[in-house]
Amino acid sequence: MARIDLDLAHSYLPDPQQDADYALLPLQMSFEDGGAYALLGPSGCGKTTMLNIMSGLLAPSRGSVKFDGEDVTQRSPQQRNIAQVFQFPVIYDTMTVADNLAFPLRNRRMPEAQIRKRVGEIAEMLELSGQLNRRAADLAADAKQKISLGRGLVRPDVSAVLFDEPLTVIDPHLKWQLRRKLKQIHHELKLTLIYVTHDQVEALTFADQVMVMTRGQAVQVGSADALFERPQHTFVGHFIGSPGMNFLPARTVGGKLEVAGRTLALPPNLGLPDGELKLGIRPEYVALTTADDTAALPVTVVQALDIGTHVLLTGQCAGSDLKIKARLSPELAAPQRGDTVWLRVLEAHTCFYKNEELIP
Amino acid sequence: MELTLEGISKKVGAQPWLYAMNLAPKRDAVTVLLGATQAGKTSLMRIMAGLDTPTQGSVKVDGKDVTGMPVRERNVAMVYQQFINYPSLRVADNIASPLKLRGEKNIDQRVRALASRLHIETLLDRYPAELSGGQQQRVALARALAKGAPLMLLDEPLVNLDYKLREELREELTQLFAAGDSTVIYATTEPGEALLLGGYTAVMDAGELLQYGPTAEVFHAPQSLRVARAFSDPPMNLLGAAAVTLGVQLNSGPALAISLPPETAKNLTANLTVGVRASALRLQARDGDVALPGVVELAEISGSDTFVHLTTGVGEVVAQLTGVHYFGLGAPLTLHLSPAQVYVFDAQGALLVAPKRPGGP
Repeated sequence: MARIDLDLAHSYLPDPQQDADYALLPLQMSFEDGGAYALLGPSGCGKTTMLNIMSGLLAPSRGSVKFDGEDVTQRSPQQRNIAQVFQFPVIYDTMTVADNLAFPLRNRRMPEAQIRKRVGEIAEMLELSGQLNRRAADLAADAKQKISLGRGLVRPDVSAVLFDEPLTVIDPHLKWQLRRKLKQIHHELKLTLIYVTHDQVEALTFADQVMVMTRGQAVQVGSADALFERPQHTFVGHFIGSPGMNFLPARTVGGKLEVAGRTLALPPNLGLPDGELKLGIRPEYVALTTADDTAALPVTVVQALDIGTHVLLTGQCAGSDLKIKARLSPELAAPQRGDTVWLRVLEAHTCFYKNEELIP
Repeated sequence: MELTLEGISKKVGAQPWLYAMNLAPKRDAVTVLLGATQAGKTSLMRIMAGLDTPTQGSVKVDGKDVTGMPVRERNVAMVYQQFINYPSLRVADNIASPLKLRGEKNIDQRVRALASRLHIETLLDRYPAELSGGQQQRVALARALAKGAPLMLLDEPLVNLDYKLREELREELTQLFAAGDSTVIYATTEPGEALLLGGYTAVMDAGELLQYGPTAEVFHAPQSLRVARAFSDPPMNLLGAAAVTLGVQLNSGPALAISLPPETAKNLTANLTVGVRASALRLQARDGDVALPGVVELAEISGSDTFVHLTTGVGEVVAQLTGVHYFGLGAPLTLHLSPAQVYVFDAQGALLVAPKRPGGP
């Protein structure tokens, strides 16, 4: 196991000129020994490039990769002692489940007695014990993927285990159980695990620290809580949460906030600079209120959709074409289309952004 | 247009794919076909389109029987899971193709208008292969809309896209459908998607049509356990129970004070199933709540919600909590539940009691 330090940039072009030429913009990141991390972002954000650089399938065009302080930038995945699990099962169909799990250990010439013990432990954790003597070919897709996971986790001496969307082939009903297994295994084996996905649930559930990426840039590294409550970048506010954060263009003048043609009183000691900014508030925190609330905007209801667990309100701010979404309790009577309602947008969870970055 | 399916069934060999069903999707609105894979959604859509003929029954369009009429003689637009475009045509020509086929005028202008509604106006000169998945599906949707067909069939059109793209495109689609120009049939496996599309929902399972009605109504009052299972995500918690004097007694669990239908109450019927939606379980108790102590198996975090899986004395349950919550694996946790928010199903799986909802019936 190792601590991994990245200080690098990567372009697939020979002579990159501008930001858009980079698959990964310059970044520094440390993965602590034994941590559970996720790289999260839409397709094309650079997360797979980053994974390939860590595993050694790709050398960065600039900078270095260090394992426990040692420069491994030019080393192969074997030399780095990395285990990988891919989207689709990579196993030997003709071998038994036990031999599949033992394969990475036999390659490393571990004594047979130790191999049996380790294979037994991993099979137990993944609930494969009953199938150890069956041929892998006879198993269903999700059991095969469990073998792949097991092969990734079986070696106790790996620097890190890298997962590339490993639950893609798993039936939705079984996903949570495998997520639970992975968490449990991380807890018990204390391996450094790095998980790449475009699925927010997968990332936030699995990892202690999630790196959110967009356009080759890591815009925030943080816990699920931090990404939800205090997005450091508007992209994080938009990408995490469903629907994402509302962003309203606003202006601060002498302790007051102008938004959608209205002036709202800002709480003191907020210390916002005067000028243009964006107000960010999650639909979960927008609340129905009354006209005398000085932290609220009048909004015309465009749609109030009963989504079962909540009412999802889409409104248009009076006197502007700004749209705002609110997720309201189903226990309140839902407003109707065309109604004017007052929505509170300034409260403890409201964030402010300048040039897409959070104002601390 | 008005589409009516009367006594439709489909067999392939001896194998029934669709059991006899009647369905009259609401005219010029969206009807969601909701069901797991193999539920029969695609088979039904192929019959609606005229790509297949039913083994029995008839398809009517505005009252006229069109059962044997082939697809090219009908006016139907279809969008599939896979992004299907003409690879050798630029985006503009892809969108224009149905208009050209009919020899229409002002094609350029109309292509531009459609492209801008789907935010692909800057891509008109590109070829499909140069586009991302989301952009390709937008082109396919624009072409389907260009057809201006009174019946639009969409078979899981967003399933191959990232979730944020799906969210964005779904919202745009709902706005387009809201114009009420076509009768839209939209197949999905996701209960959440059905709720976000609104409109009407037909729940299907294993070749059967189980229930049809306004989407929120079907969700809030599923007529059977099968509908409740199909129309819940996370799955509705289903707990064994028996009728007792004051309501129902959960098997190896607490009693809930609810008023049952007189027959069930009088006979103290056993073999009942109590259904509890994940969102009806809370961390804080309110007056009259019943406690369900348990142990955390996993907390799944989506950002907006946390889904806590718990082992309790009455079985495994899952709770949906707003926002981000952390729970250690194996940590003790007590959830609370209001008897007024549960469903009760009889031994045959028919709905006996549904929770009352504000503004609802």
